[in-house]
Amino acid sequence: MPVSLTSSRLIYDALKECDIGLLSALPETWLVHLIRSADEDPEMILVRLAKEEEGVGISAGAHFAGVKSAMLMQNHGFLASINGIVSLAHLYKIPLLMLISYRGSLGERDPWQTQGGNVTEPILRALGIPYFFLDAPGAVEKRIRQAQTLAESSLQPVALLLTRDLMWEE
Amino acid sequence: MLRLDCLRSVYPELENCLVVTIMGAVAAELHSLGHRPNFFYLQHAMGLASSTGLGLALCLPEQHVIVFDGDGSLLMNLGGLSTMARYRPKKLSHIVFDNESLLSVGGFPTATSTGTDLEGIARAAGVPRVATVRSVESFRVAVTEAIRGNELTTIIAKVKATGPAAYVTDLSLLENRFQFRRHIQSLKKN
Repeated sequence: MPVSLTSSRLIYDALKECDIGLLSALPETWLVHLIRSADEDPEMILVRLAKEEEGVGISAGAHFAGVKSAMLMQNHGFLASINGIVSLAHLYKIPLLMLISYRGSLGERDPWQTQGGNVTEPILRALGIPYFFLDAPGAVEKRIRQAQTLAESSLQPVALLLTRDLMWEE
Repeated sequence: MLRLDCLRSVYPELENCLVVTIMGAVAAELHSLGHRPNFFYLQHAMGLASSTGLGLALCLPEQHVIVFDGDGSLLMNLGGLSTMARYRPKKLSHIVFDNESLLSVGGFPTATSTGTDLEGIARAAGVPRVATVRSVESFRVAVTEAIRGNELTTIIAKVKATGPAAYVTDLSLLENRFQFRRHIQSLKKN
């Protein structure tokens, strides 16, 4: 499976550098190495979800507890989380660092991913969620740090879109 | 059995817990008994009070966390029950007021009114301790045991579909949220 181990490691290390202590996740192909890293890290609280929206509540609880967290999900998981984002994270000003694998965009071969790819950015914009791309390995560490800083200072969700260029090697 | 009487019966026990409630009657009635800085009322995002409680319990394993949930909210996030059971924090108590109704939007019946068994669902999801209670005294005993115990517990409390005249309190959502977090951070310093 050509999911980039190198980029996954870079992302995971950057999350650790930001003192992320809890990760909620729902597996998808591009995220397998990241989730495995979290699973093997005794210092990380990994919460495997049934549905991504739960992760918004779990991150809110972590924030109240003083623990920094992040959500790992596919863009379809982001779509499934929207009410939680609006009615909890936005309503209650909860910092939410969302790492979203950007399926259905350039180079996508799976037909079932393509509709979600079309709407991901328009919906992020409609929700007023600042979003940025993770596409070059050299920028991963800084961009994750900056996104985490922005989420904490603005007390709102911030999205990082994990692109094919970063996550897939073939 | 009235939800307000249930809440009143355990109110003294809540003092040293972190309490997360759902919206609507549960929030308004607990607030009417006297707000405390350790109470957080999730006034929307139906289904996510239990997830918020789970996040708290996983990050603060020494702290007892109580979630006051409802049948309508729990039915919206049954998957969250499986996540809760998967990690089963020892000091998390999940209390579900089941009035078989979506009371705050006009009292439309939920699926528990036609036989859906939330206790059975919680047990089958893997929650280690489950119970259904139908009297205030059995509620008080079950919740008190859950708080003093050391195992994830889900208690289904069958209550009447009645609630307060109004749901809006004088506590703003953000004031509640910042006060709750500040309270928890002050506990960590002590």
